[in-house]
Amino acid sequence: VNPMVKDRVAPSSAGVTGVSFGDNERLAAQKGGAAGQGAVPAAAPAKARPPVRYARKQYWNEPEMTLWEKAYLPEVLKGLAITTGIFLRNMGKWLTGRKGAVTTYYPEERRADFAPRNRGKHILTQRPDGSPQCIACNMCATVCPAKVIEIESGFDPNDPAHPKYPVRFEIDYSRCVFCGMCVEACPEDAIRMQDDVPNLVSDDRYNMWMTMDEMLTWNPQQDVAKPYPPKPVPLVLGESVKRGRGQ
Amino acid sequence: MNSVLPDLVVSLVFIGYAMVMLLSFGGLLTWVERKQSAVMADRVGANRAYIRIPFTNIKLVWLGLFHGMADGLKMLLKENFKPKTHDAVGYFLAPFVVFTPVLLVFAVVPFGGTVIPGQLIPALAGWFGDRAYPMQIANLDAGLLVVFAFSSLGIIGAMLAGWASDNKFSLLGGLRAGSQMISYELVMGLTVLGLILVYGTVNLGDIVRQQSGTIGGVLPAWGIFYQPVAAFLFLTAAIAENKRIPFDLPEAESELIAGYFTEYSAMKLGLFMFSEFIQIAVVGALFATLFLGGYNLPFMTDAGFSLPGGTEIALSQAVRVPLQLVTFLGKVALMCVIQIQIRWTLPRFRYDQMLGLSWKMLLPLSLANLAVTVVWMWLAGGGQ
Repeated sequence: VNPMVKDRVAPSSAGVTGVSFGDNERLAAQKGGAAGQGAVPAAAPAKARPPVRYARKQYWNEPEMTLWEKAYLPEVLKGLAITTGIFLRNMGKWLTGRKGAVTTYYPEERRADFAPRNRGKHILTQRPDGSPQCIACNMCATVCPAKVIEIESGFDPNDPAHPKYPVRFEIDYSRCVFCGMCVEACPEDAIRMQDDVPNLVSDDRYNMWMTMDEMLTWNPQQDVAKPYPPKPVPLVLGESVKRGRGQ
Repeated sequence: MNSVLPDLVVSLVFIGYAMVMLLSFGGLLTWVERKQSAVMADRVGANRAYIRIPFTNIKLVWLGLFHGMADGLKMLLKENFKPKTHDAVGYFLAPFVVFTPVLLVFAVVPFGGTVIPGQLIPALAGWFGDRAYPMQIANLDAGLLVVFAFSSLGIIGAMLAGWASDNKFSLLGGLRAGSQMISYELVMGLTVLGLILVYGTVNLGDIVRQQSGTIGGVLPAWGIFYQPVAAFLFLTAAIAENKRIPFDLPEAESELIAGYFTEYSAMKLGLFMFSEFIQIAVVGALFATLFLGGYNLPFMTDAGFSLPGGTEIALSQAVRVPLQLVTFLGKVALMCVIQIQIRWTLPRFRYDQMLGLSWKMLLPLSLANLAVTVVWMWLAGGGQ
């Protein structure tokens, strides 16, 4: 019996039987009774470590290459045939006046499958009189995870229905993540998102701020969620409220 | 008349032609590479740089041809940043040591047949007499040897750049460039040796003239038909010499940033890049000269065509010289396109694979090719 093997076995069997590692010697003495001299103290330094071989690790999914593939050249030619075929096909398309690419020349060209619900540039909806529907409640600025919306509110005594209005409504597009949470948070349907961001690129980070007049470009007369002027809505109490009052 | 002056003028004209050809190849190949890779990958490619005609709103895009100019301008205007601890002399010299040999190799490559200026332009007949000049900057008997002598100078530049930059990545890149280029130069020399045996000369002009015949009356006597294995090995080794993908280990950007020119900026970096592109053209020119019949079309000599059927078409010099120049340019352009196609198809080797390919595969193959050629030549010569 090889003492080294026994030495290696001891800790694992100790773990199985619940004996701590300190009991190695006892365990080895018990097990190695038949072997007699074979049992050596576990603390003895390992004499002959197996030589380290610097071989490349073999992975379980190592590709099995055939002789044909190992020859490399046929596979190179195959690859060249594929790329050359694609090159010639696309070149033929270009030369006959068709488009030989799947990419688009944005923003001159736009993909046909551009999703209509894609989240892009913000739009402030307007009332029929052209004033922004926004009431400067700051909910979008609060919910914004990138903290890019800045609103400065003003007071308009001439409009008792909407006395608070935005004097300044600006969004920093260099930091905006286009998550659409501002749209969801808005109680007035005052902010929406277009499906893309035209002319977003700029040389200067201060040009990336979009001001209110740039966002007030769209005036959906019929398409607002709330009719204007707002109809008086009768108060309807929910069931839970009624139950709460009764008891 | 003065006997030296016409020679000097012709030499200067040839040098000017070669310089303009190589530099415009270097510039155009950046565009070709961009566009070709784009078309291969279903993309449009670089197409934004434009020149606006002054005082109008007309923007000339020309399929993105101006991107090369924009690159050059950018390289020239950028800050020439130097690392603090660089070796001043080596760092300054290295780009030129890389760039110059690439241009010098072309000195012995013939880009056209013999031209007799006195007959081509009658007005100059009195001045030139009936002197004939092979269209080649230096008509050296040692042509091919000069090619190898100069092309091996590039190693010095790459290693110098790697050492003088005082950067670990640069040094590693320089070491890799050194071992790679030495390995593949050996293969390149051995493959061409078979060709020298076939042609019996190293003068590139003679090699081209010998290729205008036919094999068996049908096949043009091009080097690629005599030595197909050598042609393949030569192209492989030449691409490896050029240190481009799949052999771009000296500058492997995922491992070494940019290898031996990591610390270079501005036009010094531009020189490294430019020499790489010019070398594509030079490799194409060498391949065309050695294996594709040089400046001649098939069955064509300086006298005209002699087609396999026995038909002879004589060509006047005014037709032949432009035809030869264009043929040569076309062959070089074709080889450039093939090299770029290979570059954009194959992935990079691992370093041990790359050296293994050279020493375990290409070197034995080139030796075998040489041995077969020797036996063949011995048998063809009647066993003497």
